Amino acid sequence: MTTAPSELESAEVDEAIELSPPWVTVVWNDPVNLMDYVTFVFQTYFGYSKQKAEKLMLQVHQEGKSAVSNGNREAMERDVEAMHTYGLWATCEKS
Amino acid sequence: MTRFRRRRKTVVVSFAEHEADILANLLRNLVELLYDGLPPRATESSDPLAALLDSDGPTSPPEDIVLQRLLPDAYKQDDMASAEFRRFTERGLREGKVTDAKRVLSALEESGADEIALEPDEQLSWLRALNDLRLAIGTRLDIKDEDDYSTWEKLPEDDPRRLTYDLYDWLGYLQSALLHNMR
Repeated sequence: MTTAPSELESAEVDEAIELSPPWVTVVWNDPVNLMDYVTFVFQTYFGYSKQKAEKLMLQVHQEGKSAVSNGNREAMERDVEAMHTYGLWATCEKS
Repeated sequence: MTRFRRRRKTVVVSFAEHEADILANLLRNLVELLYDGLPPRATESSDPLAALLDSDGPTSPPEDIVLQRLLPDAYKQDDMASAEFRRFTERGLREGKVTDAKRVLSALEESGADEIALEPDEQLSWLRALNDLRLAIGTRLDIKDEDDYSTWEKLPEDDPRRLTYDLYDWLGYLQSALLHNMR
């Protein structure tokens, strides 16, 4: 059984991911979507606590936008697509 | 009068017949709009690679303002990236919205005047479909900020937009009531 080499490999991969530029999913304010619904979507899709989801929703509402998730570009495109499924207005941005 | 109540994880909703008809008509229009202008999917014989990758979707935003809102660009300042994103995702996004709308439609059509019991995954479809209807009507009414509420409420009784606004308001009530009965 040889486990050491693969552990070494995965450490290198982790480092490479950290070096790639991070992206964010930005949700924009919208006059139509209900505040409770936006909070619900953040809780349901991202698994955020009610407190965190409400904080993000209020940021969208009061400041016009909020970065609701971050990660590599592919992951952010998945999140943006999911937000569009729920009817939220979201875009991918470089953080 | 629409009523919601909770029974464990199920939400039970009942509509007056005319309310169910109105909702069903709105949903049929939405489904038609979402199908509109979408080229047929590539098949294995016409373009095997595109069929495999599901990559033959549209690359430019739809012309209709409601569709633009329902299927927005994924990048604010990068048209190329938005086009690529659209090519791979727009068809699926439209189909998902159609699936949600049709689920609500068939529940309305099957129930007649009876109560409709919504299981948790059906509740999600209902929430999304109601939201898409609100986005569609809100876009047509050109609602620009939350304060428009008072403007619309002050419209004269005979203004045709008033009826549309009442529908928009009612859909918001339905979505909100459903949400508050979910757990």
